[in-house]
Amino acid sequence: MNAPARDPAFASRMLWLCLALVLLWPLCVATEFRLWVLWEPENRKVTANFVRSFWPLVYNAEFLQMLVLETWRTVAMATAGVTLALLLAVPLSLLATRVLSLSALSGRMDRWPAVLRWCVRATLIVLRSIPELIWALVFVRVVGLGPTAGVLAIALTYGGMLGKVYAEILESGETHAAQTLMRNGSGRLQAFVYALLPSHAAELASYTVYRWECAIRSSVVLGFVGAGGLGQQLDNSMKMFNGGEVATLLLVFIALVALADRLSAWLRKALA
Amino acid sequence: MKPTPTPDATPVTRAVAQDSANPPWKLPPPLFDARCRACWFTAALLFLVVASFVSLNLDWAAFASMDAARSMGRFVAEFFPPDLSPIFVNKVVWAAWETLAMSALGTAIAALLGLVLAVPASRLSHQDPAWLRRPTRWLLNALRAIPELVWAALLLISAGLGPMAGTLALALHTGGVLGRLFAEAMENVPSGPGDALRTQGVGRLRVFAYATLPQVLPQLMSYMLYRWENNIRAAAILGVVGAGGLGQLLSFHMGLFQMNKTATILAVMLLMVACVDVLSFSLRRWLNR
Repeated sequence: MNAPARDPAFASRMLWLCLALVLLWPLCVATEFRLWVLWEPENRKVTANFVRSFWPLVYNAEFLQMLVLETWRTVAMATAGVTLALLLAVPLSLLATRVLSLSALSGRMDRWPAVLRWCVRATLIVLRSIPELIWALVFVRVVGLGPTAGVLAIALTYGGMLGKVYAEILESGETHAAQTLMRNGSGRLQAFVYALLPSHAAELASYTVYRWECAIRSSVVLGFVGAGGLGQQLDNSMKMFNGGEVATLLLVFIALVALADRLSAWLRKALA
Repeated sequence: MKPTPTPDATPVTRAVAQDSANPPWKLPPPLFDARCRACWFTAALLFLVVASFVSLNLDWAAFASMDAARSMGRFVAEFFPPDLSPIFVNKVVWAAWETLAMSALGTAIAALLGLVLAVPASRLSHQDPAWLRRPTRWLLNALRAIPELVWAALLLISAGLGPMAGTLALALHTGGVLGRLFAEAMENVPSGPGDALRTQGVGRLRVFAYATLPQVLPQLMSYMLYRWENNIRAAAILGVVGAGGLGQLLSFHMGLFQMNKTATILAVMLLMVACVDVLSFSLRRWLNR
């Protein structure tokens, strides 16, 4: 028994492959994608020297002390940023949640509440669609170099993300309990605390933990525009072509991300 | 679990029961209990938050003062009017196209890289010894752990300033992400079709091409689209370290304090991100219909 040698879909496969290659061409032109640049002797020498200088890692006492301090600072920036983001996100998401509308209990929502909810939602979307790096660039101009700019950038972007997702989570699922409470005369805050919060608490908490993990990753990136932490050290070491320091910093960063990943996975499992 | 009151309850319990308005098993639990995990967790969380704010010594004065408000106001006022001269708008539109091309090419290369790495990183059948599964997964994790921006800064050294470094950076980071997702998709595929071919003595390459790949292809495509959407956003800011696209234009003009031009670039960036959001939202709704 021998397998058929001919591929029945050969023609169409070839067609798609050729089409993809034709489409790839303008992309390569636009991105100046010339891989052979990497192999030019001059570039090759620079790269080889840089990579060779990765070893030995730098681990003198002074550098290690700085490393611990900056790692803590990265975590602290993320934590402080997410805390401020929560201060922003919780009230806005309560304002944006349609389930907590009294007028919507009897048919359509009134006009002004609807306009307010729409405005809050638009604010959240604008906040989260500006990347945190851009916020950081702006705040570095206003408050100067240092972690303040990074914390504010994380607070604004993550405030938008958390607020939008909180509102979505609160609106998903069973809304009966909240509506019954409000129909029987409870306030909106009471309906939130006694009906919506208990049924969505685990989901809300686990999303917050996930975002905290993301904030750690982005606080490193924010260092590149001068917001302190591991990123800024990495940027400095790279500019000085100090391969040993770069390698050490990268290893510490990978370990930090892995640790945060583990911790958040464990927490989310415990919360579920 | 509440203990039922029994006649032989200890005298102490009975005394408390008589003293308090509610029997002890109906009282609210104490605020802190050494065996309560949630209490420890909350305490640790509070400690982390307080320690973060204290140790960062944030410069609230600089931010909340009148001076900062005024400089913020001046900063925003300088954005207007945005520079809308045709030459500059053309330049910005070209940079936006460059950003899009970077994200598309980066995602395509990442998909290839992910596919190549996902095969050794997954156990495709029960007989598969998968020697390389562990090391490949380590490699994928390392690729994934380093953000695009850091990859771009590293690659600038060998690829030079320009969009190629950004494209490669996107490809490496996304390759790690997609490789892991692809590997998981391949491991979760029903093994029936592959087993049927394998019992006929078909080689591993053809089993992969005709049984595994067709089964996971729709899922791979959806992962790819999702990452492409992310990469468009990432490509817009990669240029801040000099890796091409809108970000490079932005950091260049912001560095020269040409705020009118910066405003145009920011507007185009936001417009692009918003378009991508709307498109992906409606596409997803259309697909889920």
